[in-house]
This record gives sequence, C-alpha cells and structure tokens, in this order.
Amino acid sequence: MAGQTLYDKLWNAHEVTKRDDGSSLIYIDRHLLHEVTSPQAFEGLELANRAPWRLSANIASPDHNVPTVTKERSAGVTGIKDKVSRLQVVTLDENCTKFDIAEFTINDARQGILHVVGPEQGLVLPGMTVVCGDSHTATHGALGCLAHGIGTSEVEHVLATQCLIQKKSKNMQIRVTGQLGAGVTSKDVVLAIIAKIGTAGGTGHAIEFAGQVFEDMSMEGRMTVCNMAIEAGARVGMVAVDDTTIDYVKGRPYAPNESQWPQAEAYWRTLYSDDDAVFDTVVEIDGSQIAPQVSWGTSPEMVVDITQSVPTPDQAIDEAQKEGWLRAYTYMGLEAGQKITDIQLDRIFIGSCTNSRIEDLRDAAAVIKGRKVADNIKEAIVVAGSGQVKLQAEAEGLDALFTEAGFEWREPGCSMCLAMNADKLEPQEHCASTSNRNFEGRQGNGGRTHLVSPAMAAAAALAGHFVDVRTF
Amino acid sequence: MQAYNTQTGIVCPLDRANVDTDQIIAKQFLKSIKRTGFGVNLFDDWRYLDEGYPGQDPSTRVINPDFVLNKPRYQGATILLARRNFGCGSSREHAPWALSEYGFRTVIAPSFADIFYNNCFKNGMLPIVLDEAIVDTLMKATVANEGYELTADLERQVVITPTGEEYAFEVDAFRKHCLLNGLDDIGLTLQQSDAIKDYEHKMMQKTPWIFNDVRA
Ligand code: SF4
Repeated sequence: MAGQTLYDKLWNAHEVTKRDDGSSLIYIDRHLLHEVTSPQAFEGLELANRAPWRLSANIASPDHNVPTVTKERSAGVTGIKDKVSRLQVVTLDENCTKFDIAEFTINDARQGILHVVGPEQGLVLPGMTVVCGDSHTATHGALGCLAHGIGTSEVEHVLATQCLIQKKSKNMQIRVTGQLGAGVTSKDVVLAIIAKIGTAGGTGHAIEFAGQVFEDMSMEGRMTVCNMAIEAGARVGMVAVDDTTIDYVKGRPYAPNESQWPQAEAYWRTLYSDDDAVFDTVVEIDGSQIAPQVSWGTSPEMVVDITQSVPTPDQAIDEAQKEGWLRAYTYMGLEAGQKITDIQLDRIFIGSCTNSRIEDLRDAAAVIKGRKVADNIKEAIVVAGSGQVKLQAEAEGLDALFTEAGFEWREPGCSMCLAMNADKLEPQEHCASTSNRNFEGRQGNGGRTHLVSPAMAAAAALAGHFVDVRTF
Repeated sequence: MQAYNTQTGIVCPLDRANVDTDQIIAKQFLKSIKRTGFGVNLFDDWRYLDEGYPGQDPSTRVINPDFVLNKPRYQGATILLARRNFGCGSSREHAPWALSEYGFRTVIAPSFADIFYNNCFKNGMLPIVLDEAIVDTLMKATVANEGYELTADLERQVVITPTGEEYAFEVDAFRKHCLLNGLDDIGLTLQQSDAIKDYEHKMMQKTPWIFNDVRA
C-alpha cells in the first residue's frame, strides 16, 4: 500500500464515520468565531433550540469590524462610531456571554485577527482540524493542521455537532526548491505560485507546500503562504511538522501542559507525507528564480515580477483571460505594457492576516532605516495583526521607526484588508497592500489594490511608486 | 430549507470568469446580523452607478443600464449562467443568500470555487457544472433569444433546453438527497450523536490536549 500524505493522515485521524455516498463526518477540534459570519449561526442555533456540542472547542474575537484608530478604539465597543459595525461586535459579545464561549474582546491584549491570534496563543496546534467562517482559515495549515474556511450554515453545524460533513479533496503538492534570493519573501513565493497555477489551480485540492524553501521558512512565512492557498483555489494549505513547528508551539499560552507535552510532541512528529505517498498533482518551482512580486490587476493571479511590465493582451492564454485583462486595465487605470515601477501610489497598507505578524513588521521596518514616506503618499498605515504583535513591535521600537518615517501606527484588526471599518481607499487610488485580495472594490469602492510583501510595501512608501527592494 | 426539484426559468447571462464573492455581495453589506435583506445589493458595484451602503432607500439608487441584470429582457430571471471559477474568494454565505433572495436558485458555470459551491446547497440552491463548451453554447443561445429559458431537473440530473437537448450534470448523492427533500443536515448529523461521542472518548486518550478547556 502506498504511503499517506499529510492530508490523508489528518483526514483519517478525524473521520468519525464514513457515509455511503463517499462523504465523511469529520470531527472539528478548534472552531474560531468572529463577528461577521457568526450572528446568523447563533440565531439558527437558538431558533432550533440546540446547544453547542463542546463549548471548549470554540474561541471568538472581533476582528473584521473593529476601528483601528487609537482614539476611537480606546472607548471599547461603545466607542465604535459606525453603528452597524458596533451592533455586530456587540452581538458577538452577547452571543459569547449567552453561550459561555471564550472571547478575546475588543480591547483585550490578546484580541486580533483570528488567523494571527490562533497560532500565537497556542489555540491552534499541529494535527488539529480547525475551521472558521472565513476563507483564510487555510493559514493554520502552516502548523500541520487541516484548516479551512466554512460558510455560516457550517458554523452553525460545527457549533451544534462539532463535526462537518465533508468530501475528501485531492492531494496536491507544490514543491519550491532551492533558496530564495535576498529581498525575496514568503509573500513573493505564494504570489509566484498563484501566478503560475492560477486562482482556480488548486480547486478541489488540499495543497501541501514542500521543498527546501518551506523547510527553511519561519512559521510566520509558512502562515503567509498557507493563508493564500485559497487565492490559488484550494480551501486547504499545509506544511509538514518539523522542528520549526515544534519550537514555535512550545510555551504558547494554550499549548499542551508539561504532562501532556511528550505525548503531543510524539504525535506531531508523525505529521508529514510519507516518502512513497502519492499526490494527484505535483507542481515544482525553482525558488531561486522567484523575484519580488507585484499584482497589477484585479485577481491574485494577475501578478508579475517587479522588473516586468503589465502584460499585453496578446500574452493571454485564451479569450476568457484576455477579457479579464481588458477589464482589469480599465479598472486599474493601467496601460498594457506599462512598467510596474512606473505605477504611482496613493496609499500604503501593511497589515492583514497574510502579513501582520512580527516578522512582517520587522521586514518592513528594516527597509525604512530612517527614511521618510514620499510626499505623494496620502496615507501609510501599519496595522499589527494582534495586540500581542503590537506590544512586541513596540518593545522592539518598531512603532517609532514607522511613525518617524511618516506611517500611522494603528490598533489591531483586519482594517484596510477589506475595508469594513473606516480604513479604505477612495475611488481610483492605488494602494501597495500586504493583504491577499485585489478584487474590484475590495479595499474601497473603485480602489486599486496591488498585492506585495511588507518589504516591497515599505520600499514603495518611501519611493512613492513601486521599486525593486533588492536594489533600493 | 426549501426543497429543490425541477426549475424552469429565464436565464441571465453573466459573461465573466472569476466572479468573486466580494462582487456578488460587497463587504459593507456583511455588517447585517440577519440572513435576509441582501437581494437588493446583489452585484451592487456593477448594478448601480452610485456607491452602495447598508440601509439605503433602493428607489434612490442610480441604476447602471448596461449591467445585464438591469436589462428589461432578463427581469424575473431565476437561472444565472456564468463563466469559470464562479464564487471564488471569501467564504461569505451572504453570497448565496443574496443570489437566492434576488431570485436565482440555479447557477450554471463551467466551475465553481469550493466553499461557494458548498454554501449553495445549504440554502436550497443548485450550482450546476457544465462543460466550458456547453456553457458557451448556452451563453450564445441566451443572448440570441429573448426570453430564453432552461429547465434544471435535479432528480434526473439534466439541464434541458427549449429545443429539448439535455445536458447531464454531476451532483453528490447526499447533497442531492438533502436538496430534493429540503433537509436540514444538522438534524441528520445529530442522529449520529453516539458515533461522535465514541470518537471523542477514543481521542481523549490519544490526543487529550485537544480537549483542554480554553475557557479555563
Ligand atoms: S485580514 Fe483580511 S483576509 Fe484576513 S480575515 Fe481579516 S478581512 Fe479576511
């Protein structure tokens, strides 16, 4: 019998029952809840008179809607100016109190974007099944978890049964070999992957990221990559457990206690794909060839190297792609063939569950080195992913580096990643953003998003347009 | 959940690939804590020329006459015909809620993003995957013939054209069963409570740390 992939192992370990039709009932170890996709689930539970199955599996924190400006934030929930946002955050608080679900509330030092908070607190551990009503739950696969986003009906299903009815995905391995060049980061790796396989390249698959580049990568970097598995069409992204994973987990507040640790570590060490495991699809990329990436269009696959230009219609592989590009040129206000380094910017956003961890902020701060944000930049903001990241960055003096350069130092949350709060782009403004989606209107009606790494965003802030961070 | 059996209706052609859930229902409308009220803001950025925000009076909106949904000939459409990778991006179930409230209970495309596909079934909607070439044919037929209607027959798993051609589609047996009977799958899962409890007992030995109480 062929060996098992990491995904096979995680799947098998959580299969409660197999059903006749080929689907399975899968047990969920950890459920993360936020204010946007949970209210209707709690309501459904109450209407059906059902109780949560295992309360201790759930953890909640408001992240999408919370204001990031310190003044507004310091007043807590009641200080949220937008009353619709406030109602959503209040509703989460009320539901957590009513159902007795643990919550890091708005000004708890542990509050933050769930995909930053979960691993940071040790609430997400290797080998777990992790779900959340948010597609970027794929992030947690960096710890060797089976993690994916779900819809609100499934949030309710997990609350009520601690299980999900699932069909197994196919196995895909993406191997990135060799070593990354200086100035090239995990964000560039994942953007390069999406550029290669497309936004539907991973549909129906669970992706395991493997190869030298991932072995050498930090946990933060692995989270950045797994985070964007969904932009490649896969609900699940994963990296095998190794020393980096174990070292990361050790000592986290909710990690297994000392008496549980040896058993846990022994189990986690089995979480990798066997040498003879078979993948349905394998993609190989030479890591040494990856350059810093910039998205030029309105889909995360519309990405090129910083040294390149906006592609021309004749380069499209088919009519559908060409159509998409033609619409993207117009929406983005760009000319086919225009050099990426000629794109002038209006705003800079460093944050989101993709790139708001301490390493990301260090990367960006290292580029700044006492320089100033360019005059044409209307606003440059740094939004830490969690209260803990913010405190750590402040302890390292990164906040001062940012503010002296002209960045604003904000309170943790999703912020301008999806612009549900006051942080957003004005129509036609170009933004260098470390987030994960450049869809039309994502960062504000008519706004033009360019996805980049934190280092590239910082360099762009100083130059006022895109520049190659390697030669900056 | 509303049962889905056979549905015949006007087809609305949305000739774009990679339509994401941010487009289907924009983030500003996700602030609602209800399951309803999203239909008027379906495809808001494309459908209206002014900026949409929650709680607007729909009668004051500036309609974009060029957007397909606003064309008189597609009023009352119940079947949405789209290009590949429909529903990509965010997991928001508000997307199927908005489509269904607007009146679409069937979406036909060459491929769907996984989470969106799954979310449809939870809301009495049927996403149908047909070959790229077939979708292309249907797209052209819809545009060429005003009032073009299709029939989606879930029981027989076929899409039927006005001239009687039939195109077969795949659907999971379990999802089909739930959709045909309008079943709530939480109730079905709870019938397996004993199996879930047995699983938990087994795992409390194997991976006890999973069951640490985070509320402590
Ligand atoms: S940071 Fe952005 S992508 Fe991540 S959870 Fe928040 S809104 Fe979603």
